[in-house]
Amino acid sequence: MSESSVVSLHDVSKVFGKGVTALEGIELEVERGDFVSLIGPSGCGKSTLLRIVGDIVSPSTGDVAVNGKPARRARLDRDYGIVFQAPVLYDWRTVAKNIALPLEMLGWDRARRKARVRDMVELVELSGFESHHPWQLSGGMQQRVSIARALSFSPALLLMDEPFGALDEMTRERLNMELLRIWAETGSTVIFVTHSISEAVFLSTRVAVMSARPGRIAAVVPIDLPQPRTFETREAPRYFELVTEVREVLHASGADEIEEPLPLEDVVE
Amino acid sequence: MSTATAAPASDLRLGQRIRYWLPAVVVLALALATWQWLLPDGLDVEPYLLPRFSDVVSALWNERAQLAEGAWITFKEAFGGFVIGSGLAFASALLLARWRPFGDALMPYMIAANAIPIIAFAPITNAWFGTLSPWSKIAISAVLCYFPVLVNTLRGLTSVNPESIELMRSYAAPQRAVFRRVRIPNSLPFVFTALKVGSVLAMIGAVVGDYFGGSTKALGVVILSSVALSRYEIAWAAILVASILGLAFYAAIAGVERYALRWHPSVTRRAS
Repeated sequence: MSESSVVSLHDVSKVFGKGVTALEGIELEVERGDFVSLIGPSGCGKSTLLRIVGDIVSPSTGDVAVNGKPARRARLDRDYGIVFQAPVLYDWRTVAKNIALPLEMLGWDRARRKARVRDMVELVELSGFESHHPWQLSGGMQQRVSIARALSFSPALLLMDEPFGALDEMTRERLNMELLRIWAETGSTVIFVTHSISEAVFLSTRVAVMSARPGRIAAVVPIDLPQPRTFETREAPRYFELVTEVREVLHASGADEIEEPLPLEDVVE
Repeated sequence: MSTATAAPASDLRLGQRIRYWLPAVVVLALALATWQWLLPDGLDVEPYLLPRFSDVVSALWNERAQLAEGAWITFKEAFGGFVIGSGLAFASALLLARWRPFGDALMPYMIAANAIPIIAFAPITNAWFGTLSPWSKIAISAVLCYFPVLVNTLRGLTSVNPESIELMRSYAAPQRAVFRRVRIPNSLPFVFTALKVGSVLAMIGAVVGDYFGGSTKALGVVILSSVALSRYEIAWAAILVASILGLAFYAAIAGVERYALRWHPSVTRRAS
């Protein structure tokens, strides 16, 4: 484990109750400032892996260190923010109060919360919707609230589980740019689960390609596209080469084999 | 929206509202006319079976002091039982949701208890708390409210989206915060449904409890003694008072529900 590792996974495996091996022999080092995407076929355990890093699911074997601490200590220290595939907003709270939820848990006073919520609402371009309830917003707007909530307490590590999976292409590309800007400004580290090869290549410094169940890391592809990424990045020849490379690794690792996805109750425990 | 378009819209809404309520109003008028004229005059229904509607209304007026006092005594019994029973049920549900193995062990019995005719215990609570004491009536109302509120609240506290709990876990939120910020708000629609049922059960408990003995002024006792004295119009007037009381109790809970759940899609959409 190197000194600058934000996340260090060593020989991590996960076996669910019915003897289903979701993850096996996972080795991964995520350095400070890295943007690592986890990509792989459905049911390969990438969401489970993200939850293991966040100490939401316990690994069956192996060592998990976050910021040089056991994962549990890191969670108790609120070292990371998390964004799920679904927005997971509380209907009884307004947009502003949903964003302020982690700040309440950290014991921030009202004035400080209010100022931060205002910044966050601006960041995700939802000004004017502060007092709306989540179900009054579109799916894309709900997910922006969820991202604002994860970023509100400036965690050094962001765990994102297919956050843009449900959004339309235009919104997705714009939020990709927003995310990169925030990542560059804050110097945070991101672990990003996605189904989209092009999204993974565009955003990441490294793409970890996972094999079909039992999930293993088949290869880690370094993405050497220049920073900062712009709309032109998506048109660069190197970008297409890297998309092709990731796709080939995916296919070589058995992503084409039809796999039954894990039943939901196994994944969420 | 401009005022020019708003005015016809509200007229339209008034028209719709009249059309919506008209059938119900017609049914009420027909029912009262049947009670007033058709049954006594057309079908020769004797007053001891059902007194004429106007006789019940005049009994309501003439006996208003006695009925108001009885209503107040019985409502206090019902309300006391409702508050104690629902309060204990909510507290129990919190405990059972917090310590799940405990809750899982007790849940089948709670559901079973929910299905038994608890009102059958009314003579027993009279024996326990004293026939003339209001506490025997409060006790039976409380037990009647307890089980439905417990079962529904527990369901509301535990039927939370798992990711909502994972999110709180990521914030290292203590159980107290998970309950305050997620489980309890999530349970409120369930709780209010149960409280509305509870308000009805509490009124039943208090009136039936009165039947087995109580302060001579209580509404249930007024009904019982009026029947014994063949003063059926007073008995019917007292039943009418008990019904109105029950409806008002229910409506009050429904009003609190609309305020407490004003964030809820069903409430806000209806209002806008």
